Amino acid sequence: MLARMQRDAEETSCFLNPDKGFLDDLMSGLVTNEERFGYGSCPCRVASGIESYDADIICPCEYRDADVAEFGACFCALFVSREVYEGKEIDPVLERRPIEAIEEAEKATELLDKGEMSMIEPKTTSTQDVTVWRCSVCGYLCARKYPPNVCPICKAPRERFEEFSLG
Amino acid sequence: MEHVDGANESRDVKLYALSTCPFCGRVKALLKKHDVAYDYVDVDLQSREERKRLRMELIKYNPRCSYPTLVVDGDTVVIGHREERIEEVLGV
Repeated sequence: MLARMQRDAEETSCFLNPDKGFLDDLMSGLVTNEERFGYGSCPCRVASGIESYDADIICPCEYRDADVAEFGACFCALFVSREVYEGKEIDPVLERRPIEAIEEAEKATELLDKGEMSMIEPKTTSTQDVTVWRCSVCGYLCARKYPPNVCPICKAPRERFEEFSLG
Repeated sequence: MEHVDGANESRDVKLYALSTCPFCGRVKALLKKHDVAYDYVDVDLQSREERKRLRMELIKYNPRCSYPTLVVDGDTVVIGHREERIEEVLGV
């Protein structure tokens, strides 16, 4: 798990939390969740146990890049910016996950408990939920809430992404 | 809620926490360090119904429903692992 996260940090130009004791605790929480659910959901959030409804909080979570850019760390502080890695203090990270995501997951688990699995609506993402971001260096396009920390194709930094509209 | 004994029991201290969260663990350790008596619940270890009930309770104190959330005397809320703020609120 640690090696996987280390690799992800390197690929996305962020760093793992330099506090070794804290990092160990985070890893142990992540491994606990992976054993519980079959996937490593955020140790600092409540998972529903239904993977499609927890997808946004499976580490590295959907909110990481925006939080690292704004606060210097992701919500659980596993991933941090270069400045934080080099000693800058982390600003308190506010929960960015919408309360609606928690409510939808609660509804789905309720149906699962009642054995009404067929009633669970498949989790979908609509165009209102995401923005198309364009890397102004290489033209790479992606559809997500927040631009990536670094372009996965040409490694241009987050600042080089712009909103892209079709038509 | 689980109760943790402590010599310092003048305040009503409630902690909404997660068993897997290091920030929550550090808040528990801080309360222990100051020998504060408190009640806590690890929400992730509860049944689905109980998780929902606790979240509806928590949302009154913290609209984002994040952990740890510390509630002192039912009206003062500290969200997150903020040691200085917690010490200030508890007067320790």
